[in-house]
Amino acid sequence: MAPFLTAGLGLKPRHYAEARDCPAAGLWFEVHPENYLVDGGPRLRWLAAIRERHPVSLHGVALSLAADAPPDAAHLVALRRLADRIEPTLVSEHLAWSTWRGAYHPDLLPFPRTNEALARISSNVSAAQEALGRRIAVENPSHYLRIDGHEWEEIDFLSELAHRTGCGLLLDVNNVFVSAANLGFDAADYIDAFPAAPVMEIHLAGHSRDPALGERLLVDSHDAPVSEAVWSLYGRLVSRIGPRPTLIERDDNVPEFAELLAERDRAHALLSAPMARAA
Amino acid sequence: MRTLSAAPLAQFQDAFSRALFEEPAQAGAAVAALVAQPAFAVYRNTVAKGCIDALQANFPAVARLVGEDWFRAAAAVYVADERPAVPSLLAYGESFPQFLRAFPPAAELPYLAGVAQLDRFWTAAHVAADASALEHSAFARFDPDMLGEAMLHPHPAARWAWFDEGPVFTIWSRNREECADEGDIDWRAEGALITRPEEAVRWTSVDAAGCRFLDACAQGQPIAQALDAALGVDPDANLVRLVSGLLAAGAFAQLTLPSRNEP
Repeated sequence: MAPFLTAGLGLKPRHYAEARDCPAAGLWFEVHPENYLVDGGPRLRWLAAIRERHPVSLHGVALSLAADAPPDAAHLVALRRLADRIEPTLVSEHLAWSTWRGAYHPDLLPFPRTNEALARISSNVSAAQEALGRRIAVENPSHYLRIDGHEWEEIDFLSELAHRTGCGLLLDVNNVFVSAANLGFDAADYIDAFPAAPVMEIHLAGHSRDPALGERLLVDSHDAPVSEAVWSLYGRLVSRIGPRPTLIERDDNVPEFAELLAERDRAHALLSAPMARAA
Repeated sequence: MRTLSAAPLAQFQDAFSRALFEEPAQAGAAVAALVAQPAFAVYRNTVAKGCIDALQANFPAVARLVGEDWFRAAAAVYVADERPAVPSLLAYGESFPQFLRAFPPAAELPYLAGVAQLDRFWTAAHVAADASALEHSAFARFDPDMLGEAMLHPHPAARWAWFDEGPVFTIWSRNREECADEGDIDWRAEGALITRPEEAVRWTSVDAAGCRFLDACAQGQPIAQALDAALGVDPDANLVRLVSGLLAAGAFAQLTLPSRNEP
């Protein structure tokens, strides 16, 4: 039987050797596949070497599922090739868009959650799942703007997307916290209302303030440890839906591997406790 | 539930994408209410920072030469006109060397575009397909009389260029990695070969005849013709040393005869 995934870490090139050699139970690693869509070279070799010892998840940022266009066919082929090579334990993407009319915007951009958008995104998710030959998980993004014209609440939109396409969901607890602060809703209510069954993965990350843009604005900056408020929401979530593979994301101010591992050990302990109870 | 104010998705995305790079006052109707919110700057900043960070990562020798502030200011000008076309940001900045060549503030640094081109070569070599480098012993398998007709195929990671404008390779190699060599630079034209025969990217200087020889090989010319081309650039070139130097640098992946298909 495959080892049960508990808590994982975003893989950073400067941590390759430590990541490969780390014996922590339940450990897995996540990468942005866009950084590995190359013909050859040391990056791919490192990823393959780490994959030999640990489960690896591909967390895409560029499929642009919420764009009003089908996912780029060449990009899907390249993703499939990487997935065939790495045999990822999970593949995920975002409820957002980034590529539009031939330009890639390195961000996860918002859109009005309309019926039109739901139909388009459902079709895009199905196309991606078909091309990749597997179920993908779709992540709730961070929000900063009040957008007029939403016809769906985000949770209903994601539930319906999962219902229509069979996709899973990736619940990013930090994104919920950031969005709740920026748009003025209750993060705990959102966490409590999120459908449990489709959740394939959970993300945790740190955020920061940007006082230049507003007194209370929070930015999903992935440049700090997970905040205590997010840990608390995470505990609340896991005690309701049970353990799910959980990733600590860190993209800026990246500390030593040992420090990231200590943070992931906290999630591991939390996930292991209810699992032990269930066993 | 509201439906009237919702802009169709494509219209929304056209306007949003433009607004990321335009003055707020120019924002289209579909996104004017969003651009007016201070938080719209989060998207603007993230997209700009993502592009500029990628350029800084892809052109470290340029950034080291001109300093981070100058580099990021120049990169911001480039980003405004050239957004990434593909999500793999390793590929971003294909035209950055040409941009620097025409960028007025860089006019006093005639070597800067060449340095950028070598940074680009480094990335190309880093991510190129894996292949074993051809060794000298490969020549032993061929009838010496046939060698002139044989073709040398550059390694998939090999990139080379000749720089008439000055010692671009020396300047690049001193700035690509922390380098204590502060000695005087001999101001003369130079060529460079960057490749990855094994795990790590390697580089070496190449003379004009060597660059011409590599060009000819890349065009599929047989060795005899490629050597003639090299002599055309430098009639005094030592051809044995030229070929063995390139082989030692890992410039080639295959040696084939024209009658044979590639193995």
